[in-house]
Amino acid sequence: MKNYVHIENAQMSFETRKGVFVALKDVSLNIARGEFISLIGHSGCGKSTLLNLVAGLLMPTEGVLLCADREIGGPGPDRGVVFQNHSLLPWLTCFENVHLAVERVFSASEDKAQLEIRTRNALALVHLTHAEDKYPHEISGGMKQRVGIARALSMQPKVLLMDEPFGALDALTRAQLQDELMKIVAKTNSTVIMVTHDVDEAVLLSDRVVMMTNGPAATIGEILEVNLPRPRNRLELAGDVEYMRLRSEVLRFLYERHAHPAAA
Amino acid sequence: MKFRRYFGEHLFPPLLGAALFLLVWMILAQSSDALPGPMKTLDSAIALFSDPFYQKTPNDQGIGWNILNSLGRVGVGFGLAALIGIPLGFIVGRIQFIDKMTSPIISMLRPVSPLAWLPIGLLVFKAANPAAIWVIFISSIWPMIINTAMGVRQLPQDYMNVARVLNLSEWKIFTKILFPATLPYMLTGIRLAIGTAWLVIVAAEMLTGGVGIGFWVWDEWNNLNVEHIIIAIFVVGIVGLLLEMLLVRIAKRFSY
Repeated sequence: MKNYVHIENAQMSFETRKGVFVALKDVSLNIARGEFISLIGHSGCGKSTLLNLVAGLLMPTEGVLLCADREIGGPGPDRGVVFQNHSLLPWLTCFENVHLAVERVFSASEDKAQLEIRTRNALALVHLTHAEDKYPHEISGGMKQRVGIARALSMQPKVLLMDEPFGALDALTRAQLQDELMKIVAKTNSTVIMVTHDVDEAVLLSDRVVMMTNGPAATIGEILEVNLPRPRNRLELAGDVEYMRLRSEVLRFLYERHAHPAAA
Repeated sequence: MKFRRYFGEHLFPPLLGAALFLLVWMILAQSSDALPGPMKTLDSAIALFSDPFYQKTPNDQGIGWNILNSLGRVGVGFGLAALIGIPLGFIVGRIQFIDKMTSPIISMLRPVSPLAWLPIGLLVFKAANPAAIWVIFISSIWPMIINTAMGVRQLPQDYMNVARVLNLSEWKIFTKILFPATLPYMLTGIRLAIGTAWLVIVAAEMLTGGVGIGFWVWDEWNNLNVEHIIIAIFVVGIVGLLLEMLLVRIAKRFSY
């Protein structure tokens, strides 16, 4: 399916005290099934807004968004969301946090034992079987984010939406989780839309990097195809000519053509 | 060495405070013929607590019965306030329209001294005991409504976003997100409420009579038994402190 996620002329404006603020304008994008898309841009360019539109947390003021040929009318379990600050419920264990999502989606069709197996499988996928009875405050930031990913994937969503999932982590943990994410995506054949401000992350993980212009009225500036073969290895790619070219393409877009207004 | 440090940092200051307190009390008692000193009060307390549960006449019962009766009134009034105040707090916090509707009334009634409600209670219930419970009820309901509503209002948007993307049912949102997130605020409300309730019961019982620590103070004033009044002050203080400690303990258990 070529148009698994279909965004057509989406516009998003907010009513503010100073009048109408147009965050996004004329955004059109087609995403194929199994594709990994990064949205990159300076802060305030509306990339999170675009992600929230796909998630259904926001409704566009104009335009249409479709997921698997159905109009996105609100949040739904067919789109799993990983939040930047993990957003686990602190009074539930890792197991219970994931189980809450599993229960919602599958309790109509499966029995209790099956739901528990699903939850365990999701935690095993992110290598957290040993921490399933721990509370979020008892585990590290990287582990929390992995539970967040497990929770999103446990619903078997059509699309996985990630809002700067590794932004709050240190560089080493981030690299480790990126590698894990690549493996998980390869194994589950997920369709992913990820918001990031990290150029290396975008190039390393994506099939296409969607570069956004600065707001207000931000839109898609350029789309970069990343045709590096998979599985990708960050060490091998570090000296790869094609990787370097792609990386500098993104950098040039961000810092030459669309430098941040505050920095310019 | 370890003990010396612990003693110096944690035990010595409160002990010194207590000693100075007793010293000041002794000096004051020396210079006045009406105020009994610590030793005389202690003697009287030992006599009083050696038989805490005697029942001579309806108006002459042991100190234990007086305390239990007061605690019972506080328990009933406070429990009814929790039963009504906490759900009301959830509604006020969740529905803006109702918040705006009720907030001027709550703001106006909250600072009213609880005892001002006593005549209304006497009028409506035509009996002293329900009137005292009514006063406890009305004085402890405000902190419970206000704090519960505040907890609901301060629910982090993140948690609501989780609820939305997981598409949770209203019941699940309440049991898995709203209630646990609001619980610490609710417990603060309960703590404030029980503090006020215990504060108010003494005054309410002085006015309504019957068996209870407040009326006992009034009775001993009429008997001019000043030792017993001082003992009552300590008893009220210690019971209040224990209630507070119990609730702090419960609150700690539920903080994240």
